Amino acid sequence: MSLADQAPVTLPTVDIEEQQRARREKINRIAKWTLPSLVLVLSVLGWHLYVTLAEVPHYILPGPVLVAQKMAEDRALLWPAMLITARLTLLALAMAVVGGVVLAVAFTQSKWAEMSFFPYAVILQVTPVIAIAPLLQIYVESAFVAALLCAWIVAFFPILSNTTIGLKSADHNLSDLFTIYGATRWQRLRYLAAPSALPFFLGGLKIAGGLALIGAVVAEFVIGRAGTGLGLASTLLEASYRFNFGRLYAALILISLMGVVIFAVMSLISHLALRKWHESAIKRER
Amino acid sequence: MPAARLPLSQRPALLNMTHVEKAFGGSVVALKDMSLTVNEGDFVSLLGPSGCGKSTVLRLISGLLHTTSGTISWAGGQGTDDLGVVFQEPTLMPWATAAQNVWLPFRLRGQSFASAEAEIADALRLVGLDHFHDAYPRALSGGMKMRVAIARAMVTKPRLILMDEPFAALDEITRFKLNDDLLELKEKIGCTVIFVTHSVFESVFLSDRIMVMAARPGRVIHELTVPAPYPRDDVFRTSAEYAAHCRAASDALHDAMGEAA
Ligand SMILES: Nc1ncnc2c1ncn2[C@@H]1O[C@H](COP(=O)(O)OP(=O)(O)OP(=O)(O)O)[C@@H](O)[C@H]1O
Ligand SMILES: [Mg+2]
Repeated sequence: MSLADQAPVTLPTVDIEEQQRARREKINRIAKWTLPSLVLVLSVLGWHLYVTLAEVPHYILPGPVLVAQKMAEDRALLWPAMLITARLTLLALAMAVVGGVVLAVAFTQSKWAEMSFFPYAVILQVTPVIAIAPLLQIYVESAFVAALLCAWIVAFFPILSNTTIGLKSADHNLSDLFTIYGATRWQRLRYLAAPSALPFFLGGLKIAGGLALIGAVVAEFVIGRAGTGLGLASTLLEASYRFNFGRLYAALILISLMGVVIFAVMSLISHLALRKWHESAIKRER
Repeated sequence: MPAARLPLSQRPALLNMTHVEKAFGGSVVALKDMSLTVNEGDFVSLLGPSGCGKSTVLRLISGLLHTTSGTISWAGGQGTDDLGVVFQEPTLMPWATAAQNVWLPFRLRGQSFASAEAEIADALRLVGLDHFHDAYPRALSGGMKMRVAIARAMVTKPRLILMDEPFAALDEITRFKLNDDLLELKEKIGCTVIFVTHSVFESVFLSDRIMVMAARPGRVIHELTVPAPYPRDDVFRTSAEYAAHCRAASDALHDAMGEAA
């Protein structure tokens, strides 16, 4: 049998395989969104049924209907609270980025700076922020600054440690090439170390975004409304004192929604920055 | 007349390595009494078993290492733009396009992309990558990446190009093609090359001088010349002359390996 005889027989199989793969991918794409949505709907439904059928009192567990009602009713209170928490979180994150990157660059430029200060960065990181926050409140005059510092402490370490590793991770041969071409310190940092560090930095940023929110919530809990005004976490705390569980759950849901949005935005930034060249952002054709 | 067209003995000297010794950490003697003269237009291969110090020679010449004793001198002194280097890996910046990678030596001299654009385009054309200016390294095959690395090494028209087993990681078909193209390139720009390789065939095909090195301590124990004229092509690759030179180089290499044992 010659090749020409076989060709028409084998080609359609390839086509079928191709079609099957395309179908599988389509199903995957749809499932990625529908499955979690389904889980959400089912659990909200289960929650609702449990609360109504078992007649759970609303001060123990409010039903989803009540929470939704509260969210709408209290929007004049919750929306500004969300803005306050968001402002604290983003400010802390921005400072963490600046502080983390500046320190990381300083560490990689001077071995002595790294030796002297890195241990303290670690100590700051491993000491639970909840234990530091009350002290900040005592020693820092402005309650707002205290709250900001509190959130910053939590968020900055992943940026610092990731960026430091990233700046040192440049390819050795490339580094040799820069030496051979007589590159200056600045050129080396700008054209070699910084791009090498970018994926590491962005990984740190993703973690730091979530941590900044945690830091902001802790700050609001400990320092309270004196610092930043009535944020979401303070609202949540007050609602719990008043047994206003509908509002408590509404605030809680908004906080985790903020966390999700922050994570999504950081992932998007990371994807956009790396999509052209970095392995992590490349969708391989198979 | 370009120096490469002159007979070997009449070419002006470019680089002189005399009685160089290199020891690492006081105990490992990588090179001892290593002498090497490279003249303008030479294509010199360093051929030798693994660990005989070939890479060390290149790193000394490029200034990445310093000699323990002995001297390396350049005719007319050395500037930073005298060298182009190609490593075994393409060593491209993954975040930069092919053209931007080739721009690097200019960029480090403070030249803008626009001011070097003509040279960059020339270099990429010479290595056969006209249509890949804006391709990122991940989109290029191993052989194409190596071509970008070669373009980067020659774009500034350096006096000397160092190549450390540049094609060792490539398949044979790609390697043959790159060998041909490298010679064509050399004809066009008339550069001087020191080429490290493990392959007897590659060294004979490419070079007009082969330095066979032995290990422990690393030094040159045989020098062969391959007087066949350039351009060389497949006819040369299948000629009796080529086979004879390969036999001679192979014998010298065996001798070098016997020395080490
Ligand atoms: N930085 C270093 N520190 C200590 N020893 C080294 C160092 N670099 C090279 N050597 C030693 O020097 C000797 C020569 O090394 P070199 O890399 O020059 O060999 P080579 O001929 O390039 O080998 P290969 O063909 O495997 O690349 C080896 O014995 C190696 O162990
Ligand atoms: Mg080597």
